[in-house]
Amino acid sequence: MDKTTGGVVFERVSKRYNDVTAVDDVSFTVAPGELVTLLGPSGCGKTTTLRMVAGLEPVSGGRILIGGRDVTLRAANERDVSMVFQSYALFPHMNVLENVCYGPLSMRMEKTKARELAHAKLTMLGLAGLDQRLPSELSGGQQQRVAVARSLVLEPAVLLFDEPLSNLDAKLRRRVRQEIRELQQSLRLTVIYVTHDQEEALAVSDQIIVMESGRIAQHGTPHELYEAPASRFLADFIGDANLVEGELEPGPEGMRFTAHGVSAPVRVNGLVPGPATLALRPHRLRLTPPGKGIVPAECRRAAYLGSRIEYVVSTAWGDLLIFDAGGKTLHARGAALGVDFDADAAVILPRRD
Amino acid sequence: MAMPVATPALALARFVPASHDRIAPAVALVALAALALLPWSSDGGPSALALAVARSSSKWPAFDGAVALAPLLVAATTTVVGTWLGRDRLTAGAAALGLVWAFAGAFGAGTDGPAFGIGAALGLAALVTCLARALARLGAFAGDAVIATIVVVVSVLLAIFIFFPVGKSLLAAGFDAHGRFAPGIMAERLFAADIWGIGCFGGGTHCGVAINSAMLAIIVGTVSTLIGLILALVVQRGGQRYAGLLKLMSVLPIITPPFVIALALVVLFGRTGLITGWLDAIFSIPRSRWIYGLPGVTLAQLLTFSPIAFMLLHGALNAVSPALEEAAQTLRASRARVFRTVTWPLLRPALANAFLLGFVESLADFGNPIVLAGNYEVLSTKIFFAIAGAQHDPGRAAVLAVVLLGLTMIAFWLQQRWVGRSSYVTVSGKGDGGSPAKLPRTLWVGCFTVAASWIAFTLVCYAVILTGGFVKDIGRGDMTLTLGHFAAGFGAEWGAHGVLFSGSAWDSLFNTVKVAAVSAPLTAVIGLLAAYVIMRHRFAGRRAFEFLTLVSFAIPGTVIGVSYIVAFNVPPLELTGGIAILVLCFVFRNMPVGVRAGVAALSQIDKTLDEASATLRASTLRTLTRVVMPLLRPAILVTLVFSFTHAMTAVSAVIFLATAKYNLATVYIINRVEAGEYPLAIAYSSVLIVLMLGVLLAVQKVVGEAQLGRRAAGALATGH
Repeated sequence: MDKTTGGVVFERVSKRYNDVTAVDDVSFTVAPGELVTLLGPSGCGKTTTLRMVAGLEPVSGGRILIGGRDVTLRAANERDVSMVFQSYALFPHMNVLENVCYGPLSMRMEKTKARELAHAKLTMLGLAGLDQRLPSELSGGQQQRVAVARSLVLEPAVLLFDEPLSNLDAKLRRRVRQEIRELQQSLRLTVIYVTHDQEEALAVSDQIIVMESGRIAQHGTPHELYEAPASRFLADFIGDANLVEGELEPGPEGMRFTAHGVSAPVRVNGLVPGPATLALRPHRLRLTPPGKGIVPAECRRAAYLGSRIEYVVSTAWGDLLIFDAGGKTLHARGAALGVDFDADAAVILPRRD
Repeated sequence: MAMPVATPALALARFVPASHDRIAPAVALVALAALALLPWSSDGGPSALALAVARSSSKWPAFDGAVALAPLLVAATTTVVGTWLGRDRLTAGAAALGLVWAFAGAFGAGTDGPAFGIGAALGLAALVTCLARALARLGAFAGDAVIATIVVVVSVLLAIFIFFPVGKSLLAAGFDAHGRFAPGIMAERLFAADIWGIGCFGGGTHCGVAINSAMLAIIVGTVSTLIGLILALVVQRGGQRYAGLLKLMSVLPIITPPFVIALALVVLFGRTGLITGWLDAIFSIPRSRWIYGLPGVTLAQLLTFSPIAFMLLHGALNAVSPALEEAAQTLRASRARVFRTVTWPLLRPALANAFLLGFVESLADFGNPIVLAGNYEVLSTKIFFAIAGAQHDPGRAAVLAVVLLGLTMIAFWLQQRWVGRSSYVTVSGKGDGGSPAKLPRTLWVGCFTVAASWIAFTLVCYAVILTGGFVKDIGRGDMTLTLGHFAAGFGAEWGAHGVLFSGSAWDSLFNTVKVAAVSAPLTAVIGLLAAYVIMRHRFAGRRAFEFLTLVSFAIPGTVIGVSYIVAFNVPPLELTGGIAILVLCFVFRNMPVGVRAGVAALSQIDKTLDEASATLRASTLRTLTRVVMPLLRPAILVTLVFSFTHAMTAVSAVIFLATAKYNLATVYIINRVEAGEYPLAIAYSSVLIVLMLGVLLAVQKVVGEAQLGRRAAGALATGH
């Protein structure tokens, strides 16, 4: 079968445990060769969704298609997927080679052929020479790569990652996620990736599906999610956001957002006037001399972080967080300032209440 | 991304196997072949097919062989066709009908019908497997054929070898002398004065046997808990110095046949006993038979069971981590308040547990009372004498078994109710640091004195057993050194055909080792498979299955023994008198040990290993053999050792089942005791103890001692 034609179709899938609905009527498609991340806080149903793709949890309703084939009723060992577990789940009583050969041998491949394949994958992942080691004799990063090699060796239609970086230290995490992304792109792998780390999700994904209490909150590219969050929850969950409650009013030159007597022009698509929430990314805000800009402000706190300065300023709209990447001077506490932003930096979220 | 496809909501969350079941047709063919070719009944002779074709009526008084067996043969053939075509409903229906017909026919034929033989056993087992696999394909057991096979086969085995015999023997309580069902008689027997009488409290001489047993059990439960607590306090608060004691105490219950302490007490305190003699000579205290009766049995049971209470309470005391007590102290609590508000509540479930365990052990104990009880009748021995004695009254034995089982079940029910839910003790395996608070000086001295004398007493008992075989008659004070007893029991000489084992004990010893060696691996396999299914798979009826696998723990050995005699003495399941029934008895009595060891081990093993194996396309069977079993190796060894040693030392159930031809070591020793041949009994006991110790040490060497000592003791301490 051509591994690049199929992808994954998740069709109105639900999962209920007695009275609790863990996943509620979720549908999405993963195109071949795409890396899709399931992102969300713990308990949002992202891991359950991944496990249903793997066949480790039976679904309570809906259909799952992998490579165009309906696998809803197929158990894990009858699906063309492999999974890299959070704990890596390397078999502790087998050495690296035996671990990687396990899949091919399960499929009754010849021993010599299986070894060949395993060696190829181990070399590809920079693990050559570690064949005979036991998992307990490897570093965390090496264990993680063995887990990836073990999953890749079957050349599955879909590769699943369940929080693969959570057991690595912060520095290694950045490097490994880059490696995973490069591997995925060079082999054109179809990948579903679960994480609760929004930065990780932004860094590796073609598409991100944000889940909240068993439902999809938003589905889009990293750019769409960051620049145009569909709700308060999303604006707050992905990246930092300043959220201001106010009113959307028609003005002479288009819509204006007004809160606490201060108003600003905003670019809005299809929203009607009424109560609304304004989301402002900290890096899209600029500090101006007093009297200029949209909102008058007073500097409350400044933190110098090398690549940028982080300010908290108090305004009529409440405290705003601002990242100043080009700033040369550090404003003093209590300094009078102004805050300015472009109309396209202001995202209007409809108020839910 | 709209998906305008109507998706039917699945009624059940489950998987269904995709491909054709390639194994089922082979299994179905085995069933058919066994029915067509192998002898149907246990006395050999023709196969089911031959019996049906010949319309044999010699064994079926009411109907003939065609009626009894033809439908089964048709069902088996249909099963073959069903599995071949992948028609799961057909397969399941045919296999189920065949099984029902076979059992109905067999039991319908009554005691004159044919007993199941090799053909019946193999054929029916294969049909059960086909049924299980077909049910899995229809969606039961999460659609997993291997899980289905394990659950169904183990359930059927438990039904045949635990629930059928126990149920049948309990029902026997309701039948009169002519075999008619009479509930009135049952009630009359059940509430008879010789069971429930309380004359001994009102100045009379005798109480009913149930009252006797309960009294003994309450005393033993209470005092053994107290002794266990004192020993545990000394070991825990006394520091590293007493670690050896811990180890000794964990090993003793495993290697000691249950009557050994009683033997030692007779040697020490009997009418002609060593200590009795000294007391007579030095203090002129007259010789008496006080040891035979309640005092002797109590003492023997206390010595036998206090190590178990000790192990349980030691674990609980350790779990009350010093950090908790220190935390309470830093919160300005006085020492008394710390004890009252922290230590005591944490310890209370363990104390209740230890008491109930002592209670149950005492009720079920057979070895000590049979040696020491004298005129103080208890249930377990009374049941034995109702069957084995001159009176041979299975109905009476059944009534007593009902009472004994009832008392035991009440204790287990209480344990579940009080202890099961309120246990705060968590074994995390992590030391919390800090050292336990010191006991007040006087309390420590008191505890230490009690503990030291108790240990000394225990050691004297074991010394008596281990050395008693080397003197002429230790029971009568004749201390002339001799090897005569060992020669009589374990003599061997070079004959014309190699070694000739001329000693009288060899037969029973070889038999015991053989039975233990065969039953141990079976116990381990069945127990651990059941544990795997319980721990790793979700399916309808899982809780019930778990309960079934553990419930035989709660049935006293004597009840099992009586039940086996009652149930397996007649067709269609005629097993008594052979060696197979001994093996089966051990397998199903010790199986809960395997289940518990497996459950404990599996809860330590990350479940994602199984899942990783599944996503790597491994079948359930491959996961089981390549991932789970290798990781369970320590649990396997513990189960093997425990069920081996337990089979070597058990008395209560098998004393009903051992025969002159297939005798067992423990039964042989009991017979020697009954015949008054104490020296030989003592010599044989010491051989058993040394043998057990050797096995245990050898295995510890292999596995690493830490695991074994703790786990085996844990398994013991949770019931047996």
